[in-house]
Amino acid sequence: MGLPESIEEFKRVLETALLAAPAPLGVGELRRLFDADPGPDLVRRLLGELADDWRGRGVELVQPAGGWRFQTRLEYQVYLDRLKQERPPKYSRAVLETLAIIAYRQPVTRGDIEDIRGVVVSTNVLKTLESRGWVDVVGYRDTPGRPGLYATTRKFLEELGLRSLAELPPLTEIERIMDLVDLPKTEEQAVQG
Amino acid sequence: MNAVLEPALPDSVIGRMYGQPIFDLPKDLYIPPDALEVILEAFEGPLDLLLYLIRKANINVLDIPMAPLTAQYLEYVEVMRHHNLELAADYLLMAATLLEIKSRMLLPRPARADEADEIDPRAELVRRLLEYEQVKMAAARLDELPRVERDFEWVGVFVAEKVVERQPAVSLHDLQLAWLKIARQSRLKRHHTIQREELSVREHMTLILRKLRDDAFVVFESLFDPELGVPGLVVSFLATLELVKERLVVVTQNEAFAPIYVKRADGAAGID
Repeated sequence: MGLPESIEEFKRVLETALLAAPAPLGVGELRRLFDADPGPDLVRRLLGELADDWRGRGVELVQPAGGWRFQTRLEYQVYLDRLKQERPPKYSRAVLETLAIIAYRQPVTRGDIEDIRGVVVSTNVLKTLESRGWVDVVGYRDTPGRPGLYATTRKFLEELGLRSLAELPPLTEIERIMDLVDLPKTEEQAVQG
Repeated sequence: MNAVLEPALPDSVIGRMYGQPIFDLPKDLYIPPDALEVILEAFEGPLDLLLYLIRKANINVLDIPMAPLTAQYLEYVEVMRHHNLELAADYLLMAATLLEIKSRMLLPRPARADEADEIDPRAELVRRLLEYEQVKMAAARLDELPRVERDFEWVGVFVAEKVVERQPAVSLHDLQLAWLKIARQSRLKRHHTIQREELSVREHMTLILRKLRDDAFVVFESLFDPELGVPGLVVSFLATLELVKERLVVVTQNEAFAPIYVKRADGAAGID
């Protein structure tokens, strides 16, 4: 296999690899498809063109964390759902709030989560998030009991279509209100930390 | 739900408590105690409840009237103590916090030289309320993010290789080579039908003698013509042996593994 004949052929190779891959493919991996390295810029340009080519179809080429992959468009999920045996899980507010705290404040201990929510965090809530593969323990805080520090995983980003934590919905309005609160220095740090 | 089951009830009914329809969500800071149990289920904890009470009453979070809020909250906790004890611990702790703040605010504050340093006893509660509200909204927005398997699916072409144990690839060419090899082997093992060959040992004896005509030593191997094939070679060999037996040729070898030479015996000189 030499260099593909044309740009179109290049794109077809990328497309085929992305469709056949079980996980997102990064630009680095895609460059390895070819005998002669086309370079990152060309690959990126062609991925952009490929994404354009798929516009108007039920499937789109997206770039979540970890690389590029094809996924179905949101508006067609209602149809796909009809073929499913069971509904995807709907998470309780307890689970979602715990997830939000971990996502925005990571790494946090269970105690941190309880402080913010004002209620005991049940083991089931954390189990739910861990078994989904969205959070895991990344270390232990050096305090009595050495509580585990929770953080979100790459799978969490992938499954929510995010490239990085920076793409989380911003915590806007409330923060402005927070700024207005005349808090003592130590507490302010606690809020931001 | 109940409104749907009993269409006779007016649309404004939002629920039923002890068989009685409830028409409004509680307004202000006052919630009828018997309605609390219904509302209670919807709250995620004391902060959530406090936020609800504050937002419902349109109170500025930064200026919470502690007395009415605490009174309302305690009423709520009282109901909880009767109906849902296992939840009460978190709520009781908050009740204690509220009472503490309330009492601290009632205490006369000594005038200080530096007014700016004065800390509102409500500050910590306000901070927690705002932080919780932030998380609550963040959770809702996080839930709205498109999520795999709920809002979209990952697309992949099914590649059988992944489910089948990986096997060595076999090409058509490999098959051809394998077949040729088998064919060659079977040819070697082929059964031979023995036929009387039209080869005469005698004739070969003559041919050999002709090769030895020069009366010189000839290398043994040169007497055998590979083109004759195995049967021909055998006959040639037999012919040589026969010649030796009949003392028509002399076969000599200086030492083991040294070249073998063949030469006409003197007695054969007269054949020509």
